[in-house]
Amino acid sequence: MDVKIDSALIEKVAKNARLNLTEEEKRALAKDMKEILGVFSVLDELDVKDTKPSFQPLEIKNRWREDTKEPCLSNEEALSNTNHKKNGYFKGPKVI
Amino acid sequence: MLRTKEFVKEVRTGNLSVTEHTAKILEEAEKKKDYNYFSLLAKEYAMETARRLEKDIKRGEANGKLLGVSLSVKDCICVKGIESRASSKILTGYKPTFDATAITKAKKEGAIIIGKTNQDEFGFGTFGNNTGIGFGTPKNPFDKERSCGGSSAGSAGFTALTENTHLSMAESTGGSIACPSSFCGVASITPTYGRISRYGLMDYASSMDKIGTMGKNIEEAATLFNVIAGYDEKDSTSLKEPKREAKLPEKAKIAIPKDFLEKADEKVSKAFWDFIKKAESNGFSYTEISLPLNTKYGVSVYYLIAVSEASTNLAKYCGMRYGAYENLEGTFDEYFSEVRSKNFGDEAKRRIMLGTFARMSGFRDAYYLKAMKARTLLIEEYKKVFSKHDFIAHPTMPIISPKMSDVEKLSPAEIYGMDLYTCPANLTGLPHISINTSEIDSMPSGLMLTGNHLEETKLIEAAKRLEAIK
Repeated sequence: MDVKIDSALIEKVAKNARLNLTEEEKRALAKDMKEILGVFSVLDELDVKDTKPSFQPLEIKNRWREDTKEPCLSNEEALSNTNHKKNGYFKGPKVI
Repeated sequence: MLRTKEFVKEVRTGNLSVTEHTAKILEEAEKKKDYNYFSLLAKEYAMETARRLEKDIKRGEANGKLLGVSLSVKDCICVKGIESRASSKILTGYKPTFDATAITKAKKEGAIIIGKTNQDEFGFGTFGNNTGIGFGTPKNPFDKERSCGGSSAGSAGFTALTENTHLSMAESTGGSIACPSSFCGVASITPTYGRISRYGLMDYASSMDKIGTMGKNIEEAATLFNVIAGYDEKDSTSLKEPKREAKLPEKAKIAIPKDFLEKADEKVSKAFWDFIKKAESNGFSYTEISLPLNTKYGVSVYYLIAVSEASTNLAKYCGMRYGAYENLEGTFDEYFSEVRSKNFGDEAKRRIMLGTFARMSGFRDAYYLKAMKARTLLIEEYKKVFSKHDFIAHPTMPIISPKMSDVEKLSPAEIYGMDLYTCPANLTGLPHISINTSEIDSMPSGLMLTGNHLEETKLIEAAKRLEAIK
């Protein structure tokens, strides 16, 4: 697949990925992505139109469990790794 | 140095002190810290466990297959109360509130966790040079100028260097156990996908991640494997044990992919063939085969799946619930972007960008979905080989460990290409072993033996037979 890797595309991808990139990082990533996607383009010649995807290497069927209450983390444990907490809740940045 | 089984026997009979041994190995790790094998040495945690075990042993209340054995654990595997960061700055300060299932099993058998081993950030690397911001680069135990291999660099390096009884719990997504084993001259087992629970393993690429084991030889690696393998209801991809394990035939049939060998360094290829000739007169026969699809497409399929899955798995790191954080300023997007940009290393950013791109509307079918379909063809190609042969063998890596100064000259695409031998078995979920079989220019070079799904026991027996030949 032919893809034009330009600064507009890099910025769009970075925005989706929640990354702020410096100009130097943008230039380096554009160069690397061009080269890497060039390597991946070998797949263009592979015919897979009648092939089913393998989302796992071995076939795995749905696993069901009883819908019963089980022990879980306490409120204190769940909040033990954050500095941003208030009244037993995680505190996050502004939404609106 | 005592091997695990002899060590446990000595501990049980009271001839060996667990606290003395633990103190000794911690001192050794401390003395050798310039090798950068540990991202955290858990001295107090280890000594406390050792003292508790020693009391239980004296009371005759302690038992276990790993009684008092020192265990190092790759940093991406959660240990309750011990800072676990996958060698990434973005997980600074994160102390899991639970143990990974593999850790629970090892502890139950008496293992003593001595620390978290250094790795390429989240597993993103072939040479151990992509550790996160602020983490050192692990150095090869045979030559400090050279690479340990990646991403389980610290696990392999310390396993090779230590003069004490020790096992290591590592992890592989595309070759992160086999590659450093080869470069450091140790033995390792990368199991069938789903054979060891992933519960408590920090995700890199969920459809390929596997916890595995390392030791000085295959019996050591197998001792830990047998403890931690098995079904776990906490992991929805965990597999039930096979009802009947496949047996190793007297004359095992090895398939050697000539298209892989064509890409090997001349000295690596020669050393491999020399070893195979010895194996031929010691219980193995071999046939040259071809794996054209895996040779041509394996690396691309692997990396497309890996970066796609990694980019979603790493979306959760945003400075809110655990790990690195900043002052809560700006909007959601601004805050998350700030934390992520400051704390992810270059390779993590590169893979997040590639994966985000490969899953974007308009590109998803051409990249991500196509790679998933191609994986089906690669699995089928392997299955055909296993219908006629017991194993596939080739050098673990096409080269011996390179100098870090040479690695720095390679582009990311060239580095990805080095995973040619290890990506296919990993993305198809096949169990494989790396054992040290040759020495080239005073550096170790491993042999990789791949078996059919869930045939670890047969694989381990074959590896023992092969090790005995060396």
